[in-house]
Amino acid sequence: MNALELRNVKFSYGENAFAIENLNFAVKEGEFVAVLGHNGSGKSTLARLANGLLEADGGEIFVLGMPLEQKNLYEVRKNVGVVFQNPDNQAVASLVEDDVAFGAENVGLPREEIGARIDFALKAVGMEKERHATISRLSGGQKQRVAIAGVLALKPKIMILDESTAMLDPRGRREIIDVVLRLNKEEHITVILITHFMEEALLCGRAVVMNRGEIVMEGAPAEIFERHEELLTYNLALPRIGQICKGLREGGIAVEDTLDIEKLAEEIARCVS
Amino acid sequence: MKDVSFGQYYPVKSFVHNMDPRIKLFFLVAFIVAIFLAGNFYGLAACLVVLIFVIAFSRVPILKVLRAIRGVLFLVVFTAAINVLFRTGETVYWQYGILCVSKEGIVFSAFLICRLILLVVCSSMLTYTTTPVELTDGIESVLKPLTWIKIPVHVLADVMSIALRMIPVLMEETERIRSAQKARGGDIEGGGLIKKVRALVPILVPLILSAFRRADELGDAMDARCYMASKKRTKYKKLRLTWRDLIGFLVAAALIAGVVLLNVYEAFLWLPI
Repeated sequence: MNALELRNVKFSYGENAFAIENLNFAVKEGEFVAVLGHNGSGKSTLARLANGLLEADGGEIFVLGMPLEQKNLYEVRKNVGVVFQNPDNQAVASLVEDDVAFGAENVGLPREEIGARIDFALKAVGMEKERHATISRLSGGQKQRVAIAGVLALKPKIMILDESTAMLDPRGRREIIDVVLRLNKEEHITVILITHFMEEALLCGRAVVMNRGEIVMEGAPAEIFERHEELLTYNLALPRIGQICKGLREGGIAVEDTLDIEKLAEEIARCVS
Repeated sequence: MKDVSFGQYYPVKSFVHNMDPRIKLFFLVAFIVAIFLAGNFYGLAACLVVLIFVIAFSRVPILKVLRAIRGVLFLVVFTAAINVLFRTGETVYWQYGILCVSKEGIVFSAFLICRLILLVVCSSMLTYTTTPVELTDGIESVLKPLTWIKIPVHVLADVMSIALRMIPVLMEETERIRSAQKARGGDIEGGGLIKKVRALVPILVPLILSAFRRADELGDAMDARCYMASKKRTKYKKLRLTWRDLIGFLVAAALIAGVVLLNVYEAFLWLPI
């Protein structure tokens, strides 16, 4: 079954403004998909449409098979968690524990259940020790992990990370990616990772490239990065390793394209010897 | 502006931290009443003794407590100066035009300083030992009767809790904007009053703009986590009165009684103030 499906979705922010004409996009349950795109490509709009923060002007959106409508918005949001970009703009409470509880409180869970969910969520993101810490004193990566825990407390089936790593340092980014990879593998949560870091896309099972509100490329990350000329036209760069391959070839060392560091090392050894 | 300590929660476990926020609120109100009821230094001394016990049982470091005073130092000095210079009395030490330094004036401003400091320290003890969430829960619970006249108490409580949690974020932001303006040669420090006020504009405008943007994003994050103001929520942290609260209540009551007694029996005490 598809965890999320958009059929012929239309959306516009107003006349002469950014618009999605006809978007078709589906994510299978348990999948880990990267959505790539330059600024203004519509990737964040996609996230907002998927959990009803924005209402589509036309077309249909299905979440776990149920159509997204005004009346089941609540059900949809329970199942589609979104982690946003800015680590400072997502917490409602000052303390980690209180913030993680927020979503669970909103859906009216009993106290004991909320406690259990906080335990589960903080453990899943590796923040059990910071349970009683003040959020404003945490690092960016930790704040985002708290935000993920806050979403996890609702036990969503789908998690969308809307450029959640964009404002973090490399270490924070790594923390977040590790957490979502594990959630995908162990908790079988469907993950949609919206990003403009190509390295992150390499870790996903499938990548989708958006440009001007359309999906222009789709496939395994390796396939997509093979078409680097095309990527450039959408203002996207290759991941670092891809750039190195390209550079080496231009410099006269005829290595095969690869996205695997070990392989590249072998390639270089082969060409040089 | 650099001192963010005022109104910040100090996360340790202590007797005072564990008290019910409603009782702490009641205690603060009672304490303020006691300060203003006190007609002599004995009464204030009684308040001070109680406050010292509160600080001791809260495990908040004394330096941190004293730092709260720094924030209102200007106000304290200003009030004291006005009173010393303008208050006339029987024993006049120095007089020039309407300026007059008298014994009564000095004693009275000493009295005022004590009052102000006690007031500020006790209020900040509340915020040091109570998380914003607990505090708003407490206020919400105290104001609950107002729902009868259709005042959305819990929404107001949420608004307050978010405002409180945003304080450190906005403080940091102010600092950042200030540094950015300075780095680009903005003349922020020094100059007369008008120049100072003018220098605030390039700080306030971006600050307010970014606050709106933050509010927008936070709203989305809350929506995404199933927040609906009209819906009934559960509370993870339930307020429950314990023996600690009984003690707090009794101490507050005893303090007021003590201060009243000290006012009445002032004549029998030896210090003639």
